Amino acid sequence: MKYRIALMAALALAMLPAWAQSKKAAAKPPAAKAAQAPAAEVKDAATLEFEKFRAEMEDSNPAELFEMKGEEQWKSKRGPKNVSLAESCDLGLGIGKIEGAYVRMPRYFADADAVMDAERRIVWCMVEKQGFKFDDIASKPFANANFTPDITNLVTYVAGHSRNMKLDVPLKDPKVREAYEIGKEIAAYRAGPYDFSCNTCHGSDGKRIRMQNLPNLSTPQGALKGVQGWPGYRMTGGVMLTHQWRMGDCFRQQRFPQPKYASDAVAYLLTYMIGNANGQVYKGPGIKR
Amino acid sequence: MTKKILLALLAAPLLTAALPASADGDYRTKAIATLRKDFQPRGQASLDRLAEDGLQTVCNRTGNKPPEYLAKQMEADQLAGVKFPADGQLMGDWKEGEKLAQSGRGFTWTDNPGLPVGGNCYNCHQIAPKETSFGTVGPSLFRFGKLRGNTPDMQKYAYSKIYNAKAFNLCSEMPRFGHAGALGEKQIKDLVALLLDPESPVNK
Repeated sequence: MKYRIALMAALALAMLPAWAQSKKAAAKPPAAKAAQAPAAEVKDAATLEFEKFRAEMEDSNPAELFEMKGEEQWKSKRGPKNVSLAESCDLGLGIGKIEGAYVRMPRYFADADAVMDAERRIVWCMVEKQGFKFDDIASKPFANANFTPDITNLVTYVAGHSRNMKLDVPLKDPKVREAYEIGKEIAAYRAGPYDFSCNTCHGSDGKRIRMQNLPNLSTPQGALKGVQGWPGYRMTGGVMLTHQWRMGDCFRQQRFPQPKYASDAVAYLLTYMIGNANGQVYKGPGIKR
Repeated sequence: MTKKILLALLAAPLLTAALPASADGDYRTKAIATLRKDFQPRGQASLDRLAEDGLQTVCNRTGNKPPEYLAKQMEADQLAGVKFPADGQLMGDWKEGEKLAQSGRGFTWTDNPGLPVGGNCYNCHQIAPKETSFGTVGPSLFRFGKLRGNTPDMQKYAYSKIYNAKAFNLCSEMPRFGHAGALGEKQIKDLVALLLDPESPVNK
């Protein structure tokens, strides 16, 4: 219980604008650093501790606070065009409809002539409907200790409205099927100084890097693990991070260059992964160590 | 099929530059075009990292299961590229090797290009028993030297394997640390010692 209170306080703080918390943030780094580099023995204890904590949090995922923030942003008139997403954005089920939209993406959107995952689609709506500039959104797309982008709240909100629903990426649509097949090829593509591909880590069962289990994304169960981890609240650093972020960080560790934000490459990979999880029940947004 | 693979091998360095995305409807071609279009250089991770070398092409094109005769030929080529220390000494300091095995740094867009690269060993292998946080992508190396001895041939094998794992298994998941310029001669020697030195905790 005391965890929960501390966490809520930390979250409330994380949601303040950066200027309002700069003092407190400045006082924090030593603790954050210590948390990032635990000794090997501490890690096992940390795993147990985390599991206990997670069980305690089960009925109160911190992601819900970001969902609340996202809901407010979804419903308010915002941007240069002063329009709300609720009255302008179609996530595939009709304008403003979010119930079950997340588990049916990525999908093909004719108005954009592109296959889009949820995050990419919301960005598209923010640009096309609300008048935000893509470059502004893409310049700082992911959260850090002092800042959570609006898009992260919005994605978390939308994802939360598909909780406990079956994943159902429309793979019968030829455009989605093609995205899936290209994504499958990208996942298998080995290159770079270490000859790594996505599949080096995520192509077979029962593997782990250090103590971190690696889901096999080619199986429904493994893909589900990947799918519902993000967007997710990450205990390390206390940040809410999205699937677009996770894809980028995988490529970083793969020693590849950086995928552009909300690009085809990421959408195709997500189509492959989420498509593989079709039929599984989505229980995100996630909470991660 | 054979011709196609050899052709791919020859063309590998030119592949991403020479093939227009529309050359055929093949998903692989589209995947490569998508990577080229949608990635940006950052830090030391430049766009040329998206290009395959010949070995990567063969492994990619065959789903990491190249035909045996081709794998043998290419493994021999990889082995021929291994550079051994001039003094013939292949075993360094296992304590330094252990430090190196712990570090997973190097080559990412957030790594400082000036700093030495880590061995990344524990990410994938069990090595010394004291370190319980190890990965399982590769086999356990615990008791490596105890089981195999540390003859000159075994030292040569261990050195070559770390220098270029693909010299023994063409599409191994293990990076080619010496070939890629990630680990230098001294570092590889220290890792060989970690595996083979009777004093190393690996063999206690």
